[in-house]
Amino acid sequence: MTARAYRAVKVAAELAVPLAILAAWQLWTVASDSAKFPRPTTIAVEFRRLWLFSEFGTHVAPSLERIGLGFAIAVLVGVALGVPLGLSGVARRAAMPHIEYWRAIPPPALLPISIVLLHSIGNLQKVSFIAFFCIFPVLLNTIDGVRGIEPVLLETARSYGVPPLARIRRIVLPAALPQIVAGMRNSLALAVIMMVLSEYFSSTNGVGYVLLISKNTFQLVPMWAAILLIGLLGYVLNLLFLLVERRVLAWHRGWRASVA
Amino acid sequence: MLEIRDVGKTYGSGAGETRAIERVSFTIEAGELVCVVGPSGCGKTTLLKCVAGLLRPTEGEIVLRGRQVTDPPEEMALVFQEYSRSLMPWASVRDNVLLPLRHKDLSKRRRAELVEEAVGAVGLTRFMDRYPWQLSGGMQQRVAIARALAYQPEILLMDEPFASVDAQTRGDLEDLVLRVRDEFEITILFVTHDIDESVYLSDRIVVLTHAPTEVREVIGVDLPRPRDQIETKELAEFARLRAHVYRLIKRQLEPAPETSVPLRGTDV
Repeated sequence: MTARAYRAVKVAAELAVPLAILAAWQLWTVASDSAKFPRPTTIAVEFRRLWLFSEFGTHVAPSLERIGLGFAIAVLVGVALGVPLGLSGVARRAAMPHIEYWRAIPPPALLPISIVLLHSIGNLQKVSFIAFFCIFPVLLNTIDGVRGIEPVLLETARSYGVPPLARIRRIVLPAALPQIVAGMRNSLALAVIMMVLSEYFSSTNGVGYVLLISKNTFQLVPMWAAILLIGLLGYVLNLLFLLVERRVLAWHRGWRASVA
Repeated sequence: MLEIRDVGKTYGSGAGETRAIERVSFTIEAGELVCVVGPSGCGKTTLLKCVAGLLRPTEGEIVLRGRQVTDPPEEMALVFQEYSRSLMPWASVRDNVLLPLRHKDLSKRRRAELVEEAVGAVGLTRFMDRYPWQLSGGMQQRVAIARALAYQPEILLMDEPFASVDAQTRGDLEDLVLRVRDEFEITILFVTHDIDESVYLSDRIVVLTHAPTEVREVIGVDLPRPRDQIETKELAEFARLRAHVYRLIKRQLEPAPETSVPLRGTDV
């Protein structure tokens, strides 16, 4: 089989399963006519009506904004804290109990208090909530990434008199980057979940809010359309992330392949 | 120029204490190529790291041009044995060689010049924009040497740099070191466990004992220059020196008669 044909087969295989599920779903819902499981075709129509593009600006844009801001803050704080903690054993021992404690709290438990403390159910509360929980994957992966840096590399830099700040910028960060990016990918997926959670709990707009409203008004078709959208958002965001990762970490793949 | 005075190094404390280096003293003059040889595990790398300012000796001191060495001195460059682990895999050969120059007070153009000269001196100009992991082991070590050269050190410390390289490449790299020494007029302190290599390269050989390490003997090498892998090694003087160094080291490795264990059940 040629390379092109092989790739075509791979793409077909990837599409085949979702298409098969959709086809089966359609056949089953047409046959059973249940109110709780609308037909995929009905959902698709509602999907287009809502999200393309009448309600896009009202609900999807704010949700994306919250994900974007929350994720960005989480990455900045996670790396900024993770690098010194990775480099200093003393700091790490002091900080780890606190990190483990806050990390262990289930997010829904902190929803009410985030509203009370921040006096808001708008972007301030939502972005803070998302950022808070998204820090942990980045933070922990940064610490591990920094700890796992090849010691010979750092010794080399020291022996050439590279000053400490330059060592962090030119050696520590690039060396830890593959691990940090792995943490970022987890964080991104988490950001989508936290966004839906915080909007579902209390909000005036957003995809999670649509979920809530359709539940309260017993409208299942918009609810399914919202669920479909959330899944697609997560999928597309992850795909975009992977595309960027492939460019940025091309050296890492080549290096691992040569060592193997 | 460089004095190693009564250096001793102990690792750990209390019961788990290891006396790596007992007492080592020797000097290196400007422009010399001095090899340090010794049995495996005799603290050669520890000694080199002390000289490089990466480790502090427990006793004694390293004096470079009258000043004590406490941190990596600016005039020194170090080439490690593990070349692949000392190169940055995310950077090209050019950027790897550039790293030590970035914090030096030089113009961008001068830095680029130094990088080109150094990479040219090791014969890797064609591979400037490749990644280190795309190159063979010998080439990677040449990149590490180029990096040291671009830094323009006055003293080059090399820690068994060719130990992980195949024998034929090793010969080429040894000749490269000699060429570089002549072209750039650098002083070189070269640690190795390869006895032939130490005789081939050096002006003087410092032979160490096994741990706790001391200086066994310092031998002057009077072989003609320029050295050649075939002709120099054919000389009687080369064989004599080689045998002498070998005996010095080997005498330390032979076990005392009473510790040899008889095989059970053998008839002979």
